[in-house]
Amino acid sequence: MTAYPDFSALPDAKGHFGIFGGRYVGETLMPALLELEKNFESIRKDKDFQRELLILLQDYAGRPTALYAADRLSDMAGGARIFLKREDLTHTGAHKINNTLGQVLLAHRMGKRRVIAETGAGQHGVATATAAARFGMACTVFMGKEDIRRQAPNVARMKLLGADIISVEEGTATLKDAMNAALRHWTACVEDTFYVIGSVAGPHPYPLMVREFQKVIGEEAKEQFLTRTGGMPDLLVAAVGGGSNAMGLFFPFLDTKVEMLGVEAAGEGLEGRHAATLLKGSVGVLHGSKSYVLQSEDGQILEAHSVSAGLDYPGVGPEHSLFKDCGRVQYTAITDIQALSAFKLLTLSEGILPALESSHALAAAILEAKKRPKTQSILVNLSGRGDKDMANATNHPEFAVINAELLLKA
Amino acid sequence: MNRIRNMFEQCRNRKEAALIGFVSAGDPDMETSRKIIFSMLDHGMDLLEIGIPFSDPTADGPVIQLASQRALKAGVSLGTALKMVKEIREHYPTPIVLFSYLNPILAHGPEKFCKDAAAAGADGVLVVDMPLEESGELLPFLEASGLVSIPLVAPTTPEDRMEIICRNAKGFIYLVSMTGVTGSGGLHTDGAGAMARKVRAVSPVPVALGFGISEASQVAALVPHADGIVIGSAFVRVIGETADREKIPAILGKMTKEFKKACTHSR
Repeated sequence: MTAYPDFSALPDAKGHFGIFGGRYVGETLMPALLELEKNFESIRKDKDFQRELLILLQDYAGRPTALYAADRLSDMAGGARIFLKREDLTHTGAHKINNTLGQVLLAHRMGKRRVIAETGAGQHGVATATAAARFGMACTVFMGKEDIRRQAPNVARMKLLGADIISVEEGTATLKDAMNAALRHWTACVEDTFYVIGSVAGPHPYPLMVREFQKVIGEEAKEQFLTRTGGMPDLLVAAVGGGSNAMGLFFPFLDTKVEMLGVEAAGEGLEGRHAATLLKGSVGVLHGSKSYVLQSEDGQILEAHSVSAGLDYPGVGPEHSLFKDCGRVQYTAITDIQALSAFKLLTLSEGILPALESSHALAAAILEAKKRPKTQSILVNLSGRGDKDMANATNHPEFAVINAELLLKA
Repeated sequence: MNRIRNMFEQCRNRKEAALIGFVSAGDPDMETSRKIIFSMLDHGMDLLEIGIPFSDPTADGPVIQLASQRALKAGVSLGTALKMVKEIREHYPTPIVLFSYLNPILAHGPEKFCKDAAAAGADGVLVVDMPLEESGELLPFLEASGLVSIPLVAPTTPEDRMEIICRNAKGFIYLVSMTGVTGSGGLHTDGAGAMARKVRAVSPVPVALGFGISEASQVAALVPHADGIVIGSAFVRVIGETADREKIPAILGKMTKEFKKACTHSR
């Protein structure tokens, strides 16, 4: 049996997950990161903080979320039984709220009056604006111009929540550039502003902090699954852009024998435009941490592509890079068309409209289910709901001709 | 390394601050960039910072970000930047510091980068997203190649941390004059000057102030408090805004002369 690192002991004191992670930022931000780390370590052990967060997660965000046996979908796939962890049922409609409630509560405790965030699909922006409204804090969200176009309902929603939206037009005008803009802005107002990062990416302590706020997904799922079936699932499946929903589901299962599959966006195909950072990238430094990145031979960051704005990112959380290298988690990729097929299939078979991000995980789960016996079970993180994606999905040039057969007969 | 030390010593003897200029290698194109740099050196630039373009320069404001984009569009890579250093070194003894983000250096290979940079004639390297804590993988190679790592100190840096950075410093300290990215407006020269005095009191090496300094009057106000003044975005903005590229070298030469004059006047 392969010996894995002791994941519970990572990151180390300097924020490294093996060779990955760290704090690669300009000196101006270093003191703020050190202060944040100190504050985060203190609230991890603070019973009052943890109690307040628990109440928020229950009464405000709607936790625990359901564990649902998607039996009609499973029957169609004709193999292993598929279960869904329903993060789409949380307040604001995605797992992102778990993290923003934690970070905004921390910001409030630190006496910050203002939060900023970057967003791709808009789910993290909405979740941050929501938490900021709940705590009466000012909120500015940086969003790529291209994503503003793709995710109009979320933009309108953030504005209603009182957030300022800054349209980022540089570079590819997507999540990567929104994060660049947020980092620049934070550098200028680091003394009174808290930066709420939405994924297990960025400089230490963000990958650790976001993991700790998201692992509630896996902790709940583990208990629910045990109660329901008396055992463990055979396989966990989750989409990976930056990787927070996957980390949230996977982390509490790392010390078990459960298999795990992270699903990246293959976009138009792995030889064309895609966002499969772990599968096709190489080790580099982007947005404050060392991890796999999509880059040229000269170390210039490449443009990522996915139909899903939340996966359209040329980087990935450093802890996923470690999981990949040591083999604890397997990673695969799903194309735009396959994801749209799963999007249609879940809606038709179960009456659940999944986010395009989550549709990537679903598509991979369906393909896996077909290969496995009925006695096995697969747990998918249904990380968000798809209302925001309606226009974007239906406008896809091939949407009308995409059907479920594509996945079921693959 | 000796070139940096000697230059600061000569400036001190002449009772003037060193003028440090930043341009992005290959901005707006290789040929014009070479002419710009030669013109700046001919007009009294004391130290040259050459930027290696990067697609995602998060510590820079829009002016230098655009310069990076122009250079990348012109096909400039880390390799072409090193070629430019070599060419300058054939004609000028002026100290040269390479200004880069870490990723292009890692892609080139940290050890190979240090060897190549030293061979080209560079004296130091400033990696903007490599704080002290993460310098372990580059520092040994820099030292082995005889290059210095130029550390940053920021207005947000607490005193104890500043002392640690200074204790390890070689070459000079790059003191960030304001909380923000490069090319920001609203510099308070009084505050920046006070900060520079504090850092100078503990630093064994010269202290240069940079970020947001764009006018000769600001330079003159800061010169009594610092060993060097860094001008970047003010030069780069002109490169970006001047349609007739042939005119840029002369304009930047003239600007260099004016800034250098401000470096000598008030001491």
